[in-house]
Amino acid sequence: MRELGMVGISVKERFFGSWGNTIVTVLFALLATVIILPLVNWAFIEATWSGAAQSCSERTGACWAFIVEKYRFIFFGLYPQQAQWQAFAATGFIALPVLITAIPRFWHSRLVVFWFLSIGLAVALMSGLFLGSPVPTQQWGGFPLTLLLAVVGFAGAFPLGVLLALGRRSQMGIFRALSIAFIELMRGVPIIAVLYIATLLFPLMLPAGASLDKLLRVQVALILFVSAYIAEIVRAGLQAVPAGQYEAAQSLGFSTVKTLRLVVLPQAFRAVIPAFVTLGIGIFLDTTLVIVIGLFDFLNTARVATTDAQWLGFYAEAYTVTGLVYFLLAYAASRYSLWLEAHLRPVKAEPSKQDMTAIRFPAGEKGAIVMRVSRESVERAA
Amino acid sequence: MSAQGRPGGIPPGLNRFQSWLGKRPLLQLGVLAGLIAGALFLGHNLITNMDRVGITPGFSFLWRPANFEIGETLIAYSAQSSFGRAILAGALNTALVSITGCILATLIGVALGLARISANPVVAGMARIYVETIRNTPLLLQLFFWSATVQTFPPIRRAFEPLPGLLFSNRGLFLPSLGFSAGSWTIATAAVTAILLAAWVFLRVSMKDRPRQRRRTGFLLLLAAGAGLAVVAALGGFSVGWPQHKGFNVTGGLAATPEFAALLFGLAVNSSAGIAEIVRSGIEAVPKGQIEAARSLGLRQGQIMRLVILPQALRIMIPLFTSSYLSLTKNSSLAVAIGYPDLVSIVNTTANQTGQALEAIMIMIGIYLTINLTVSLVMNRAHARQSLTVRG
Repeated sequence: MRELGMVGISVKERFFGSWGNTIVTVLFALLATVIILPLVNWAFIEATWSGAAQSCSERTGACWAFIVEKYRFIFFGLYPQQAQWQAFAATGFIALPVLITAIPRFWHSRLVVFWFLSIGLAVALMSGLFLGSPVPTQQWGGFPLTLLLAVVGFAGAFPLGVLLALGRRSQMGIFRALSIAFIELMRGVPIIAVLYIATLLFPLMLPAGASLDKLLRVQVALILFVSAYIAEIVRAGLQAVPAGQYEAAQSLGFSTVKTLRLVVLPQAFRAVIPAFVTLGIGIFLDTTLVIVIGLFDFLNTARVATTDAQWLGFYAEAYTVTGLVYFLLAYAASRYSLWLEAHLRPVKAEPSKQDMTAIRFPAGEKGAIVMRVSRESVERAA
Repeated sequence: MSAQGRPGGIPPGLNRFQSWLGKRPLLQLGVLAGLIAGALFLGHNLITNMDRVGITPGFSFLWRPANFEIGETLIAYSAQSSFGRAILAGALNTALVSITGCILATLIGVALGLARISANPVVAGMARIYVETIRNTPLLLQLFFWSATVQTFPPIRRAFEPLPGLLFSNRGLFLPSLGFSAGSWTIATAAVTAILLAAWVFLRVSMKDRPRQRRRTGFLLLLAAGAGLAVVAALGGFSVGWPQHKGFNVTGGLAATPEFAALLFGLAVNSSAGIAEIVRSGIEAVPKGQIEAARSLGLRQGQIMRLVILPQALRIMIPLFTSSYLSLTKNSSLAVAIGYPDLVSIVNTTANQTGQALEAIMIMIGIYLTINLTVSLVMNRAHARQSLTVRG
């Protein structure tokens, strides 16, 4: 009860304010010790850091030697070992646009081009198109695959989600009905159902003899699934944009497309950025579900590594390492989301270096309408 | 809008359709036609492809014998039972793990949420570590972890028994069960009727909004229920089933298979972190002024929590709880990855054995959509009924 209890209470009181509180503190501290001590003992003190499986079985702690032996498989799956630098570089080119987009001063429509180039390069690297022998998608796996599925899943779903959100609010009946039906259908079923459609059903729907790469089918299914969730977030953002903003843009003679692109959508996106980040984290964690249809993502490679006959059953080590990677990335993203929320101040009525700027008109008068437009539209007009 | 102003000649139905259609009718109809054409093309290919391997589209396979075993079912099932019955068993398994999961997640989540806002830093800190760890790792990883952990439990003969009647083993979890013995159904019915009647009276009185009377009625209700249960117990109506070792097995009591236990625990722990955050943000969203106002009216701490904070926080929390429960239900589909025979797992087996992937997947989607839309509808009603009214 932060509001109730914390105001004006000293640190000492918070730990040992009353008899009851002291007992609670001691009990929970004991509980923490009981959990942490064996954990530290297992992970560090009793752990085995190198050697073969036999040297692990002689000690009771974690067998990090297993990770040392298997880290290549866990991170890159079945990707050919001599070409793994390509998978490594591809990981970088998948992560790069994400990192750059995270910085507000780079928000610009030119980013779309950069996204296409970087992801295209990553896919080309993964498939070994430029160099040496081609690598079929069945051999893609591990961390690059997880990142690819999540990042392309989100980026590909974004435009579709925006269209669906606009469709849902549109005055055009058929588009509205189609959007609602699609969104509710996708949000009503588990992601596994969509993956099954892509892997079990869709191949049967192609003309005889035709086939489509499994990874591509899964990626498209993921994009369709995610787009419904993005649509609902964008819809919430659109609802947050005051009607006066539409009217201001219309009265300035903006076309519908320009009203949306320069005035309404930037404000809508801005209002829901934290929700986008939360969704992004969710997608990153949920790409693990592709295990069910037999793809070798980052979690599956860890699981398969524990079934090696020579290194049987080191699941705690494998899951600790993968879990830690997932945790660090997801936690960093959620911290970033909090930072961004605090960082994105409201757009003031003056030219600013932020992504958006405000125009006051009629200029200089009090009580004028303040219309917020994206910064690049002002740059372009100047 | 413009269509309404058009003079005569157009029947009202068409008029309404035109205004529903809005602008650019040709483009819209064109897109619709394109989508229908695409669906027909895919459907045609599907039927041709099924025909080629000798499968007739349709739901008649539901009555054919399934010829596969299911690890655990709530209804009588054997390999000779039909595919339809197998899918029903799977759906019931999904329902079982979802409902128990929601209850368990709520219990853990509410406790955690309160711990998160505790003034005691040790309590709040530990709750925070729990929540962050769970929320930032994949659910499937957590399920794999629980599943592997359950397998390391000792065999039944050396089952771990932390409390009498509570057994952990690699063959599953065993709890004492509480049931009515055969023959005492009349007493049980009487007791339940009495409890329901008392609850009804309680609800009627509580509507009148008089705290003291409400409390007295609550006390009377408890007394009545207690007396009813005491009568039933005195007449030997209850039986407690204790799990007991019998060689390599355990009989009596409630038994949960390792898969069920891992899935239930994994889902509950995973959702509890989300629920904890809902509880915390719900309570923190109540404006400080409300608490100050309550304090200046002379309410005590407990009263402030019960009468001012919780009623307001609940209005924020209930819709979020609903979506938490729905996502737990959808997440239960991960059962397929750890070997619990839920709806998705049975549908998958059915599709593989019969080749009728379309029909099987349609049934699965239909069931999930029905659950989701129904729960949303009911919870929205409940939420609308108790939304905030300002009194003058």
